[in-house]
Amino acid sequence: MGLEEYKGVYVYAQQVDNKLSNISFELIGEGKRLAKDLNTDVTAVLVGSGIKNLADELAAYGADKVIVVDDPELKDYRTEPYAHALASVINEYKPDIMLVGATAIGRDLGPTVSARVATGLTADCTSLEIGDFPMTPIPNQEQKHNQLLMTRPAFGGNTIATIACPDNRPQMATVRPGVMQKLAKVEGAKAEIIEFNPGFTPNDKYVEILEVAKAVSDIKDIMDAKILVSGGRGVGSPENFKLLEDLADALGGQVSCSRAVVDSGWKPKELQVGQTGKTVRPQVYFAIGISGAIQHVAGMEESDIIVAINKDEDAPIFDVADYGVVGDLNKIVPALTEAIKAEMAAK
Amino acid sequence: MKIIVCIKQVPDTKGGVKFNPDGTLDRGAMLTIMNPDDKAGLEAALRLKDEYGAEVTVLTMGLPKAEDVLREAIAMGADKGVLVTDRVLGGADTWATSTTIAGAIRNLEYDLIITGRQAIDGDTAQVGPQIAEHLGIPVISYAQEIKMDGDSVIVKRQYDDGYHMLKAKTPCLITALSELNDPRYMTPGGIFDAVNAEITVWGRANLVDVDDSNLGLKGSPTKIAKASDKVRKGSGEKVTLDAEESVQYIVGKLKDKHVI
Repeated sequence: MGLEEYKGVYVYAQQVDNKLSNISFELIGEGKRLAKDLNTDVTAVLVGSGIKNLADELAAYGADKVIVVDDPELKDYRTEPYAHALASVINEYKPDIMLVGATAIGRDLGPTVSARVATGLTADCTSLEIGDFPMTPIPNQEQKHNQLLMTRPAFGGNTIATIACPDNRPQMATVRPGVMQKLAKVEGAKAEIIEFNPGFTPNDKYVEILEVAKAVSDIKDIMDAKILVSGGRGVGSPENFKLLEDLADALGGQVSCSRAVVDSGWKPKELQVGQTGKTVRPQVYFAIGISGAIQHVAGMEESDIIVAINKDEDAPIFDVADYGVVGDLNKIVPALTEAIKAEMAAK
Repeated sequence: MKIIVCIKQVPDTKGGVKFNPDGTLDRGAMLTIMNPDDKAGLEAALRLKDEYGAEVTVLTMGLPKAEDVLREAIAMGADKGVLVTDRVLGGADTWATSTTIAGAIRNLEYDLIITGRQAIDGDTAQVGPQIAEHLGIPVISYAQEIKMDGDSVIVKRQYDDGYHMLKAKTPCLITALSELNDPRYMTPGGIFDAVNAEITVWGRANLVDVDDSNLGLKGSPTKIAKASDKVRKGSGEKVTLDAEESVQYIVGKLKDKHVI
């Protein structure tokens, strides 16, 4: 296998119910940045049933080419037919780099495909760069150039590791949603469309879908919020979240929460920030009654401004907060809401 | 029914972490626990055993001291323990780990293989699906519920926006979420059994259909270029004021930053 045969940056364009997921555009944006360093282009791999019409949207976000695998067997996500689709694309078109979103789909599809095409996979990356491996020359070891250097947190966010895949292709990574930047949409942009179907013959690995249940919710995605008012166990009760909702309303923001709040059944999982929840980077993140476990911090520390309110002056959240206030949230939050309303009204 | 549960002894990440000079984890230097998602997988297997009758074999790959986690599992109710340990397996990434575990599992009979979704040291969620791929069996990740239906298994599979109920023919591999259940405690009788239980120990020679080039640090496609303690941004200000002053302080900062 000649590694030089493998060319181009490919991204898996995740769609659910024939609607492209945000991570698809984020991966194209990041892929374009990497492709520039490698003097190559970005190909989106679009897999599903009746999804050809989505190719233009991928082009609008910067995809140079779109490979469409469209087959009735691909109606809803199932590991086997999707893995067959993506592995077949890799074997046919030989990408240098293959990026997949670290979503509940991508974290199933990625490892299955990497095992099938016999390459390495780095999970949940938060930063990607093109560089040398080893990063500094080591005697008696070839230093390879133009390698994908994949950086990810590990050990519960205690450490950060940079990983390379020097001897196998493609270099595969799953990438955390909400971390990479999508490009500005260019309406009318066109990509080269390539239709490809490797054939789908059901076997025992094709599981049967008995039921598809969607969380019934009109909650806006916290990953899109400019201001998040986030509560932890210290808020005390589900009823007391009203204080946070009032503050969020006054600021035009949204409420989110820590894992403890979800585990207690006070708020749905889709509002959870942190390593097992969502990664957010709003302009302002209020951490109210949140102690700041490392798993929570991993999901919000990239926020532009972090304001923490906690009665425990030793709470670790104060280590990442720009502005920390030691005090009783029950007294501070309602007064803060009134003060902000007054400021807004005075404008 | 025969169930294999893959479990991992992991460093308790609350205690901080230590590295070897080559950037891999110094597992010998840290306190350890049974990985939480794996423990939920074990509990799920024990509940299937309670309901349908099953022989539950726990399997782990690790240092010789990983035997402790097998004995803990037997004390909870597992029937047999297999430890896969060999110097040549050290430093394995998820690819080399999954080829090793698949090579060990090829010695065993099974209807179900249950793994945790992910381990708290690596957080990759890759080894379960990769084992299934090497063995050529279906995988269902992120299981919230598991029940049997004849020679099939029905699993509630979690997604970001809901769930699917999936039905797969056995043999099948399932990855379990720690939300799946509350694992039982060890019982006094179980602890007695565990102390006396014979643990099967396998090394490289016992792995079936695995090439040396796919094992250990050398057989790992991914290589660590750099590892370090995470550098966090420095903490900002922290004030202790009365409620009214606190509000003025926050409002002042939000105005400075043109938020309001």
